[in-house]
Amino acid sequence: MTESNPTVERPLFCRFNIIAGIFITIGLWLTYLRFTGGLGAVSNLDHYNPWGFWIAFDLLCGVALAAGGYTTAAAVEIFGMKKFHAALRPAILTGFLGYSMVAFALLYDVGRPWRLPYPFVVSPGVTSVMFEVGACVALYLTVLFLEFSPTALEWIGAKKLRRIAVRLTVLLTIMGVVLSTLHQSSLGAMFLLVPSKLHPLWYSPYIPVFFFVSSIAAGLSMVIFEGTLAHNSFKDKMDEQHLKSADHIALGFGKGASFVLAAYFAIKVFGVALGNNWHLLGTNYGIWFLVEVFGFILLPCFLFAIGVREQNVKLIRWTAFLTVLGIVVNRLNVVLICFNWQLPADQRYFPHWMEIGISIFVITVGLVIYRFIVTRMPILYEHPDYKKTH
Amino acid sequence: MNEYIHTLQEFMTQTKGMLYLLSAGYLISFVAFWRFLHGRDKEDNPKVQAKK
Repeated sequence: MTESNPTVERPLFCRFNIIAGIFITIGLWLTYLRFTGGLGAVSNLDHYNPWGFWIAFDLLCGVALAAGGYTTAAAVEIFGMKKFHAALRPAILTGFLGYSMVAFALLYDVGRPWRLPYPFVVSPGVTSVMFEVGACVALYLTVLFLEFSPTALEWIGAKKLRRIAVRLTVLLTIMGVVLSTLHQSSLGAMFLLVPSKLHPLWYSPYIPVFFFVSSIAAGLSMVIFEGTLAHNSFKDKMDEQHLKSADHIALGFGKGASFVLAAYFAIKVFGVALGNNWHLLGTNYGIWFLVEVFGFILLPCFLFAIGVREQNVKLIRWTAFLTVLGIVVNRLNVVLICFNWQLPADQRYFPHWMEIGISIFVITVGLVIYRFIVTRMPILYEHPDYKKTH
Repeated sequence: MNEYIHTLQEFMTQTKGMLYLLSAGYLISFVAFWRFLHGRDKEDNPKVQAKK
């Protein structure tokens, strides 16, 4: 390991630690309020609006943006694109932490969080889409833990266990792709239940397909975006191979994302055609829909394509950020902005600041764990004992 | 547009007809997009060669 310098110590009171410390302190206080005063003490959720900002942002956005794990693993391990191997461990780590934070955030959102395992052990509702989502997320989180385990085992020096974990890689990748296909689409399928509550431009019988296809674009873009952040913050942890392949990964994933966004744009337009909702495009919601479809799907599709043609990595990185933002906008539209759209404004849900505060707390916890792992484990460099073995 | 639709048959005819037209347009434009996306993948691209 000639290149990376994993022993570089970072000061305890750096800017990141101070800001994270403030957010975590506030978050712990909000956690105390949540678990002593109940949901009503920290949120605007009620019987009419049981799903709010936590489900929209922490869960739906979190799951979509954590899709980089299965997309990268499928590209490298199943489709044999070994040239993207340097992106695999960071993508798996992001996916693992993303799903862990989703489960963590659910503890706040579910009224009685200790009953989270009930669907599996007490009263399984096997005909429910939500059961399928819960089962897949739980299984996929386990798969991601096992996919991540070789990194941790290299760190602690457990060579025998690592060898077993590495042998499971292809099997775990296949399971990860299957489980992700199921639950990414099922998250959309949950909204098949509410055709009268969700605005017709966003509701479609094909909403599961929309969610699945958009998750692939989100995953590819998130790998580029996360790679950019890692490149800026942890350059000293990267070995030569990671530094060299960073641009190549951005170009390859940018091309893939452009292709997927082109398909996503088409099926979104087909959704409008199938519902014969053209007349709604002239309304306020219609204009917002056009902003989403043209500004956050078609525009990044072409920006990615131009970036690939011109070999403009900077453009691809900014476009990845735009795509990530677009996926967040889409999920917020489906769950919050365009949900219960017919109700008068005073009956609509608007998140309490404490809900947003808890979401920021959850993200901060994820970032602190990410930083802890990246600065210690062989994520951005190859462990010297296992070079060329994975 | 909607005032002319009275039956499911009319609705399906209109929406399916529109969908077929859109699909044909999309398939044709996707070929152009594909060529645009991969247009400079060739070996004679100096920028690609410089990266190698």
